[in-house]
Amino acid sequence: MKILVAVKQVASLDEDFEIRGDGKDVDADFLVRDLNEWDDYSLEEAMKIKEAGSGVEVVAVCVGPADADEALRKCLAKGADRAIRVWDEAVAGSDAIAIARLIAAVARREQPQLLFAGVQSSDHAFASTGVAVAAFLDWPHAAVVTQLVYAPGGESAVLRRELEGGVLHEMQIDTPAVITIQLGINTPRYASLRSIKQAAAKPIEVLTPQQLGVAEAELGEAGSASRVRRMYVPEKSRAQMIEGTVEEQAARLAQLIRERRGGAS
Amino acid sequence: MSGILVIAEQRRGELRPVTLELVSAAQTARRAPGERVAVAVLAEEPERFIKAVSVAGVDEVIAVPVASKEFDPDALEAAALALIAARSPSLVLVPHSIDAFGWAAALAVKGNYGFATDVFQLGYEDDTLRATRGGYGQKVNVEVDFPGKEVVVLAVRANVFKPPQGQSQPAVSRFEPPPAPSRLRGREFVESSDGADDVDMSGAEFILAIGRGIGEQANVQQFQELAGALGAALGCSRPVADAGWLPKSRQIGQSGKTASACKLYVAMGISGAIQHLAGMKHVSTIIAVNADPAASIFSVATYGVVADIFEMAEALRENFPG
Repeated sequence: MKILVAVKQVASLDEDFEIRGDGKDVDADFLVRDLNEWDDYSLEEAMKIKEAGSGVEVVAVCVGPADADEALRKCLAKGADRAIRVWDEAVAGSDAIAIARLIAAVARREQPQLLFAGVQSSDHAFASTGVAVAAFLDWPHAAVVTQLVYAPGGESAVLRRELEGGVLHEMQIDTPAVITIQLGINTPRYASLRSIKQAAAKPIEVLTPQQLGVAEAELGEAGSASRVRRMYVPEKSRAQMIEGTVEEQAARLAQLIRERRGGAS
Repeated sequence: MSGILVIAEQRRGELRPVTLELVSAAQTARRAPGERVAVAVLAEEPERFIKAVSVAGVDEVIAVPVASKEFDPDALEAAALALIAARSPSLVLVPHSIDAFGWAAALAVKGNYGFATDVFQLGYEDDTLRATRGGYGQKVNVEVDFPGKEVVVLAVRANVFKPPQGQSQPAVSRFEPPPAPSRLRGREFVESSDGADDVDMSGAEFILAIGRGIGEQANVQQFQELAGALGAALGCSRPVADAGWLPKSRQIGQSGKTASACKLYVAMGISGAIQHLAGMKHVSTIIAVNADPAASIFSVATYGVVADIFEMAEALRENFPG
């Protein structure tokens, strides 16, 4: 039995950055890449199931250009058995829905019993990809899961969704299913130096949309549910910064707090 | 294709307040003056919610009975797809909420609709629907449109639009959705009570919140004492609660508490991850202290201080003796 873990190579911004010439994204020179924090928890959850049973294969999949291999190598170093990356130029400009179409195509090929995705990504936070994958596959799906009980090979899993205000909703879901994993569901492991070295030598299977049977018209802007018109820095985009020594800063903060805390000041 | 359809959210028999915010969002997204706004209630007994959603700006309430008593994405998707097909609205609004995380994207895929989430601004410009959301940890705004899409589903951020004042007398209709197979069955709701205490973060007007930057559990006490001296309630971001350093009930964010009553929010050692911002971004005065000048929290804060949080805590304490 197999668990497919969909991961994303996210980007964060430096303090200073510039918008690209076409005004639709940040200049790639200012992007700092890393494995999405949520996906670390997804992979760990898959590893827990793998280690509790036998014959469980964990496969990490990522849609992205060559530099996304870095995210997949992290997954390999933490114990994923295989890694798949999907890309060609036609994928550029795809939104979460078009990306989900590709991940669903990989799932059709791999036939996992469970597919994990992070609740959201730390960069664009669409919170859409996993559930969209489920829709393309017409699989049951549950989002924002903080507890999962599944016996490998079982026909259903029991999970808890974490709702607003600290309420949990326990549900039973038929498998195969897509589950989006929330932070805190487990404690992700660190990869050892040895396993990081070993992962560097492992192959990453690279697939094109064509090999997965996804047409060009279903990718990029044409295959997306939204199109970026422009990206810009909002007018009020930065706090008024309080400078000075720590004592001076603290004195100014104390003044602000006294002015604004209300009640018993 | 015309008209705006708001899909109400309810949980355990209670209307979620964000529903009324969506009605206000719908007003700003009218293509033409007078475009109709309908609120659909998808619930086991939808009639129970009609009065609660009959607020100013609502022209029609559509009661859509679904078989499931509790949240069931299969049932919601099937009902909403059928309703959208029958009514052909140009715009459908749902909240950007945990429940919507569980079904809105699937609805968009199944209907081949335009789709965007966490939208905080929307409207027509040059007869084209545009929606704005954040990007890169809220450091930039991203304006999107939906070329070629006749129906667009937008998941709208909470605490952005003010609920309408006043009631209305909307027309009430009923829509019977097709049956949906249930592949996800609710078992029970569990109040996460682990380590709950009596501090109500939602009701607190002044919150001092700590994050990953505090480093270790032993450091919590310093901030507990600081909060006491300032007269603030001590809250935290997710990593602090997940590590068990403060009770889960103190967690502020998407899946924790919303700082609903808060007027002054002091964030120390909080980088400003998206899930935390969801619980406090709306607070009128936010003061952020962080050692990292690139931290996202400075994009939403009113005042920012780049400093070591322990030195700052100590220096602040000296300003509030006794």
